[in-house]
This record gives sequence, structure tokens and C-alpha cells, in this order.
Amino acid sequence: MTAILKKPAFLASAEARAVLALFLVFLLGLIFNGDGAFLQAGTHRDALRQASVTGILACGMTVVILAGGIDLAAGSILAFSAISFSIFAIWWAWLPFLAIVAAIGCGLACGVVSGSLTSGLRIQPFIATLAMMVFARGLAKSISGGVKVSTSLPNADGTYHSIQLPAIFRQIDSRFAGDNISVVTLIFLMCAALCWVLLSRHRFGQYVYAVGGNEEAARLSGVPVGMTKIAAYAISGAMAAIAGICQAAQEQQGDPEAGSGYELTAIAMVVIGGTSLTGGRGGVGLTLLGTVIIGYLEKILSINAVPEANRLMLTGVIIVLAVLTQRRGGRGA
Amino acid sequence: MTPLPLVRMKDIRKQFGPTAVLTDACLDIFPGEVHILAGENGAGKSTLIKILAGVYQDWEGEVEYFGNARRLRSTEEARRIGVSVIHQELSLVPGMTLAENLFLGRNRTRFGLVRRREQRQAALGWLAKVGLAADPDSPVDHLPLAAQQLLEIAKALLGDARVIVMDEPTSALSASDVNRLFGLIDQLKKEGRGIVYITHKMEEIERLADRITVLRDGAWIGTKMAAELPVRELIRWMVGREVNQVTTREHVPVGEERLRLERFSVRGRGGQEIIRNVSLTVSKGEIVGLAGLQGSGVTELLEGLFGSFGDATSGKIWVNKQLVNIRSTRNAMRNRLALVTADRKSKGLNLEGSIIHNVIIAALPSLSPWGWRRRSTEREATDRQVRALRLKAPSLHSAAWQLSGGNQQKVVLARWLLTTPHVLLLDEPTRGVDVGAKEEIYRLIQQWTQEGMAILLNSTDLPELLALSDRILVLHRGEVTASLQRAEANPEKILAAAMGRLGTQ
Repeated sequence: MTAILKKPAFLASAEARAVLALFLVFLLGLIFNGDGAFLQAGTHRDALRQASVTGILACGMTVVILAGGIDLAAGSILAFSAISFSIFAIWWAWLPFLAIVAAIGCGLACGVVSGSLTSGLRIQPFIATLAMMVFARGLAKSISGGVKVSTSLPNADGTYHSIQLPAIFRQIDSRFAGDNISVVTLIFLMCAALCWVLLSRHRFGQYVYAVGGNEEAARLSGVPVGMTKIAAYAISGAMAAIAGICQAAQEQQGDPEAGSGYELTAIAMVVIGGTSLTGGRGGVGLTLLGTVIIGYLEKILSINAVPEANRLMLTGVIIVLAVLTQRRGGRGA
Repeated sequence: MTPLPLVRMKDIRKQFGPTAVLTDACLDIFPGEVHILAGENGAGKSTLIKILAGVYQDWEGEVEYFGNARRLRSTEEARRIGVSVIHQELSLVPGMTLAENLFLGRNRTRFGLVRRREQRQAALGWLAKVGLAADPDSPVDHLPLAAQQLLEIAKALLGDARVIVMDEPTSALSASDVNRLFGLIDQLKKEGRGIVYITHKMEEIERLADRITVLRDGAWIGTKMAAELPVRELIRWMVGREVNQVTTREHVPVGEERLRLERFSVRGRGGQEIIRNVSLTVSKGEIVGLAGLQGSGVTELLEGLFGSFGDATSGKIWVNKQLVNIRSTRNAMRNRLALVTADRKSKGLNLEGSIIHNVIIAALPSLSPWGWRRRSTEREATDRQVRALRLKAPSLHSAAWQLSGGNQQKVVLARWLLTTPHVLLLDEPTRGVDVGAKEEIYRLIQQWTQEGMAILLNSTDLPELLALSDRILVLHRGEVTASLQRAEANPEKILAAAMGRLGTQ
């Protein structure tokens, strides 16, 4: 068993393994290039754009997982924030900036509640965020009245009339640099950069790793364990909100059903990157690679017209393979 | 005629990646002997034992079990042929009862169903054999550590193990429990079983050893009958140089009072008092020793003082003659207290984290103004401590789990030194640390007192406690039963007080 999984020295770091996995995926794309589709710039732009929304979730998820938690509510918070943003911007015609800040505030607040449930009331992260997942989905449906929040509004007689879609929606869903980069992809990269700065350049990051690595030791070293956890979930909530705003912009409406199951894709991205689910080991750079790997995989499968059913099965297999290559050899001992 | 060995290991080599852990290790185990496997941490003792027990398969060399050369494929196979290892970290399943743990993997069944009553009946017999008076139906979580250890031995006996390996079995046991364990070992020896015993404690080697094998840096140094291997020679084998066995305390002038406790009490989760009305003072340059058997509450006293028990404490605390209120570990640190916990792995280190991470974590607020890290400052601060403590590591970015026990302990010490404490609380600072590193830690402790630190030291290693302490307080069931000056303290007095006989107050 150990002999089969023995790794050469240059694959000692998780980063190297993730880069290798990405390289293999690229190779796969070059071989099965969907009659040359893989060789066109647009394919790459779309692969990245489509992975960006879940990628933003994955950034926040990385922080929570590093702190030894898990955030199952991310997908629902995405929906709640998408609805909030659409209500603020479309129905209430708030200034775009205000609508964005308020929507992020909604996601952040959900995260603070999740974090407080785990650190204050000592509910297991899985359970606390499962509860928040259901609650936030309900909240999204409640404030939207169970319908999509769009530019078509009902009249008194049952017919509909349309209002103008605020410009911010199209702006977020646009591209630049000669149509080659999506704004959403840029937002994703900025979120990753923000998380990276917090994790590796700020005191907070050391606290996150300390709490995820050994919570009791962290507490006895004066690390503010409770605040660290709450902040981690708050960041995840805020990231989910940003993802929600992007999603709403892409769909030009707020959908209370949006983002369900996204949290699981986000977790897969984090794990494929090489961050340990037990906490304390990994980083957001790895998640960036994990996101791109999954994004490209899905794109390659779709340009080769692999049917949905096979695509799902293949993705499952590939997740297992990726995690196996990411497994570190037995701890020294 | 000498009997045949139960196990013969010859020229064992094992690598972890590019590093050779064992280069040519040998070990013979004969029936009816206690064979001490000695060596500093990192000498390869644990690796050799894991090969013996079938944990590793990719090694070179030759192992004969009961006369047949074979390579085990699993620990289960080892157990089946009669080789049982009791690891430092016990392998009992919490939540299951004693009987269930005992029969785990070899349940008495009928039609696939466990015959609980029969198991329970049989369990009583096995528990009696190891001298463990406990209800087989109670969950193992509530058992004291000593009893869990006995249960592990019962498990080994149940599998009719002819070779039993014990890896530092007494590291968490009190003196009376240790005696019970030794009695049991004598009995196992009489039954013709071969015992391999790994320990760092000289008294244990002197008490138990029939033969001694020493490993150093993965290589076999020698095997001798215990009677033919004097302590000095043994230590020389282990470290490759001569070491004074226990340090001598240099006199440090005692300065002003650093810490004063008055009627300090700590309540446990159930509300019962674990520490009751303890009063003590520690002054600048002074080491006050704390002694106590298992369950005496010494660890809780230190952790309670450090704010770990929140507001489940009462009494008055003065630090530098200021009355303080310590309700959290952060509180305690603000008052210039530092605690080195007894359990390094579960309460001290972030094993995944780098040396830098582990060293700076407590002093981080002062190292990172406005929250932003200054990596060069962090590296310099860590490097300074690493040099001062002579911590050996491939790089400051090495993960803590890659270090030996002694170096791990130095990481924890470095962390607290970086916070420049006035009062240092040391709970078992040399547990699981090899002889060489122990000496260095003794030297450091003395150096810190010379620099004006006040130290409260708990150690179950009596020679160590006697050598280092200026005064010794003995606790029994959470209360102070004796206060001994350095000159009048001896093991007999300490033990008597620790067992509840009131001594000189």
C-alpha cells in the first residue's frame, strides 16, 4: 500500500501536487480538445468565469476549514444575499454601492450567527451550519415571497410590467481586456487575494491555523479562540454574499433557489487543492488551484459533450483520485 | 544451555524518505526476561518496535518470531502470533465498556452475535489477573490512566501474547500505580513471557532490567546483562558522552516576592473542589517544587492559576505584590505568567504548525503591531530563542511533529520565554524528553532563575524535583500536606506527605 503511494521528492509539498494535478487536467484538455474548442481563448475565459462564483465560496470555506470548522450554509447564504441585493438594487433602487455593502452585511451577519453558535453555544460546526443552511434558505424565500426577484413586477390586474435593470448588474456580468477576462473572475481573484493577505500576512491567520491545528493549545497560548472562529465564519458569510451578488448579476435576478449544493462543490475545491479537512494545514493558494482544476474539468467534459449523467460520475471519480494524490505519506512516526 | 529467543531481530534498516531512521538495529527477546530498550529520543526505539509489531512493511533485515523468519503484514497478524505492543498513546475505544474493549476483535460470539454475559464473566477473570478492580460494564472513559494501562495489559494477556512491549508505560502514572505495574511485570516474567520495556527513567531500569539494549542514531550500540552495565556506562552508551545524572542547583539569591496565593481553590466541572485552600509564595530567583501523586491536583493548580478554569477558582492572587484577578489565559499572560503544560501534544503544540508559528503564537500581539505580521521580526525572535535553547531542527519552517520530544519541549519553552514572563509555571517539563535534552532544560531553568524569574515546578520525577527546588510543597487530594525546605526534603518525606500523612507544615 505504502509502496504504491510513495511519492517522489519534488511532490513533497501540497502546492507541487496541486500544480501537477492542474497540469494533468490541462493535458486531458489538450487530448480531448472538443474539436479544437479547448484551444480557443473563449473556452478558458468561460471555464474560469463559471468556476468563479463557487470559487469565491471556496475562499471563505478555506478560512473556516483551516480553523477546524466547516460551513454548510455557504450556498444558502449565497441565495439570501442574492435576494437581498436584488431587492435593494431592483425593487428599492438603492445606489449600487449601498446595495452591495448591505448585501455583504447580510451574509456577514449570517456568518457571525453560525460562528457564535459553534463557539459560544458549543454546537458542532456541522450541525450549527446545517441549521444556518436551512434557516438562510427559508429567509431567502421569506423576504422574496418565494418568487424570483427580477425586473418584471406584477400589476394589480395580474399582468406584469417591466422596469429597468440597474446598470450594476450588467457591469458585474461584463468582460474587459479585449473581452478576454470576466469581471466575476477578477472579483474571485480579489477575494482570494484578500483571504491570502488575512491568512498569511495578518495576526488573524496565525490564530486561524493555531485554532485549527490544536484548539486547546491555542487557548492555553492566549489565542482568542472564540473570536477567531466567529471571524472565520463571518468571512465565509461575506464571501458567500459576494458570490451571491455575482450570481444575481449573471442571472439578472435574485433566485431564492440559487446556490443549493454549491457549498459541496466549494468544499471539493478546497480539498482537491490540498487543504486538510481536519484543519490547521493548507491555504487559500491551494484553493485557487483547486478551483481552477474543477473549473477546467467541468469545461473539458462539457466541450466533449459528455452527458450530464456521465459527467457527474466522472467528477466523483476524479475527486477521489485528486484527494489520493494530495494525501501526505504517513506522519514521520 | 540458553533457551531459544522468542524474537530475534537482525540488521534492521528502515528509511523515511531520504532519512535513515534505523541503520543496523538488533534485538533478541528471551522468555522470562525484561529487556530494556534504551536510547535518546530519536534513536529509533519506536521505529524498531513498530517493525516488530508489523506496523511497517518496507524495511530491510531479518526478523524471526518463535524460530521462524517471517515478515508480518499487519499489527493484527502480530497479535495473532503472540506479539502485543502497549503504546504510549493507549488504544482503547472511549465510550465502550471495559469488557467490550477487552474482547474487541476477538469477541465471543454465537451465530455472529456477541455473547455479552459470557464476555462479562470472562472479563472479571482477566481483570483480576492484572489486579484491576473495576466493573467490566463501566465505560473506559471514566477509568484513571493507570487502570486503562492495566486494561491494555489484560488485553495483551487475553490474546496470549508471549512477547509484550511496553513503550514508556509509566509516563503518566503515580508512584503507587507504578509499583503495581512492576509487580505485574514480575509475574508476567515468571510465566515465561518476554517483556520489552522502553523507558527514560533510571530508577525503572535499575528496578526492572534483566538485559539492556541501547540504540543510538538508529544503530545498535550494545546489549548487556543489566548487572554488568553500570549506570554511567549505560548513559555513555546512550549519549556517546558522559553526563552527570542529576543536576546540582546553584545558589541564587532570593529576591522580592513575585507570586503569592492565598486560600486558592479550583473547582472541577462537577463543582467538586480539586484544589482546596492552597497558599504559597514564590520569589524572584526561586524554584518552588510541587509534588503529588496521581489525582493530587497539581496540574489543575497550575492550570487554574493560569486562568484555564475560568471563574471556577477562588482565593486571592498577587503578582508582583499587586492583587490580580485571573479569569482567562489571556488575563494570566497580561500579568506576566506563563504555563508550560504537562501534555505537550494535546495542550502545548500545534503539531502541523512550523517552529516559527509555535514559538511566536503567544507573543504575537506584541510582535504584530496593528495586527500585521512582521516576518523578519518573527524569524529573528524565533532564531534567538532557538539558539539560546540549542534547539535542533532542519529549518525554522519544519513542522513541530517532525521534531523529537526534547526539541518539541524546547519549542514550547521558547514560546513562553518570548513573552518575558515573571512567573513561569512548569508542569512536567522533562516528560518524554531524552537524557541530553533533560540536562539542558535543567541548565536553562537555573539560568532563568538567575535572570530573576520565579518558577513553580511540578515533576513526578523525584530526583529531578529534589535537585532543582529551593522548597517543595507536597499536595494530597488538592491540599498542601507538607512544606519542605531543600535541606530537609527527601523522597521518603515527600511520598509520606503525598500519600496523605501530614508532615512538617
